[in-house]
Amino acid sequence: MKRVYMDHAGTTPVRREVLEAMLPYFTERFGNASTIYSYGREAKSAIEEAREKVAHLIGADPREVFFTAGGTESDNWAIRGIAHANKEKGKHIITSSIEHHAVLHTCEDLEKEGFKVTYLPVDKYGLVKVEDVINAITDETILVTIMHANNEIGTIEPIAEIGKALKKLDRKIYFHTDAVQTVGKIPVNVDELGVDLLSISAHKIYGPKGVGALYIRKGTKIKPFMTGGAQENKRRAGTENVPGIVGFGKAAELAEKELMEQYEKLSYLRDKLIKGIMERIPHVILNGHPTQRLPHNVNVCFKYIEGESLLLNLDMKGICASSGSACTSGSLEPSHVLLAIGLPHEIAHGSLRLTLGRDNTEEDVDYVLEVLPGIVEKLRSMSPLFPSKGGN
Amino acid sequence: MYSEKVMEHFTNPRNVGEIPDADGIGEVGNPVCGDLMKIYIKVKDNVIEDIKFKTFGCGAAIATSSMVTEMVKGKTIDEALKVTNKAVAEALGGLPPVKMHCSNLAADALHAAIEDYKRKKERKDVAEQK
Repeated sequence: MKRVYMDHAGTTPVRREVLEAMLPYFTERFGNASTIYSYGREAKSAIEEAREKVAHLIGADPREVFFTAGGTESDNWAIRGIAHANKEKGKHIITSSIEHHAVLHTCEDLEKEGFKVTYLPVDKYGLVKVEDVINAITDETILVTIMHANNEIGTIEPIAEIGKALKKLDRKIYFHTDAVQTVGKIPVNVDELGVDLLSISAHKIYGPKGVGALYIRKGTKIKPFMTGGAQENKRRAGTENVPGIVGFGKAAELAEKELMEQYEKLSYLRDKLIKGIMERIPHVILNGHPTQRLPHNVNVCFKYIEGESLLLNLDMKGICASSGSACTSGSLEPSHVLLAIGLPHEIAHGSLRLTLGRDNTEEDVDYVLEVLPGIVEKLRSMSPLFPSKGGN
Repeated sequence: MYSEKVMEHFTNPRNVGEIPDADGIGEVGNPVCGDLMKIYIKVKDNVIEDIKFKTFGCGAAIATSSMVTEMVKGKTIDEALKVTNKAVAEALGGLPPVKMHCSNLAADALHAAIEDYKRKKERKDVAEQK
């Protein structure tokens, strides 16, 4: 059966070139980078080469890039590390209500330690307002953490504007952004964004799982995440995941090289998919911002049906996608992001996210557009919520 | 995640639809929670002659609705009242634990339809006596 993978915001396959770059570091170049003999030096220089590639992708100095075990660790480190290192200056953090759980649950955890957290609302497109961030600042505020783009609805937040506004203040408030969804998809530059900390994950850009990075601007006061050996400039202890880091570096290099070409291809397919769904299926809502949006993200709600049954039907046709319904979010509530943009629960349960990637073709989009209307129609014909013909 | 039997009922649900002149209609769940089931029954001589359902919900919600209609079609009211949510889940070869509470309501919907039928019948009997 034809298989169409459209869940690239969830994860991506490791590219052949990336895998090939990694392989020697499992076997013949297995050295521990902390040792002084040739094996160790090989590993060390491979890590530094990868660091330069990742730094280049985000316009940073390689000395400001620290490898972690992924986006979740980077978010945890940024938020806990800043909170714990700066708590004598204040215990207030500002974030948004649509952050990834790696940020939200970390903030909630800090609340239990006595920190105060402001969860800013968003508008119907999922946008945070710059003035809301500034108005939420108190004498106690030490950190603002707002994601660069939302993983579910694809809305790109005004990070550069927030960064500028924070710089105008008479005292330093650290600014972190979770850029897991944007790095490699749209241009990301730490200076243009005005951020002090930025989280990245390798497996969203065709690199391996289990590796990521945290950008930490020079001079930032932050606690180490792990204590132990002197790795990562004594800030993140633990023997480095050398093959993973090498793969991440290669993925970053390729992502930078192909960024504009992929941006154009993906946004073309995205727009075709959105337009096609809107034309073929009635009672559909597009979630997220119509233009200020990730190039590979499509998120819609089909009224009167539920997301999990939609995903099961799509899977039977070989289409892999995701939803923000309660069943798929692993809780009794539908996605917090869909609720934050003001959708009623019953509509949020009927969401579908399709995220495109470099291997998707126009035929894939056509196939989804061919299959989807029938599935929605079938589920609606079974739904007691769907207004019957001629009736209410 | 789901058993073969669940997927089979989900893919080819039995008895989908409405009965315009139903003798009893039962509705359980809430679209806010992501599940709503509506069951229609037609009763003759205390036997469920016809049964149909409409369901908004996940795979388990649809499969249990389909299964319960198959289990009680042609059965007496008393037999149908003995069918529990648990029995429906068992007949489907089990459900994932997380689904046992939120989406396993089909027997409740059936029982609600039977109660509705009984209420209507009582009213009709009273009216006929007058």
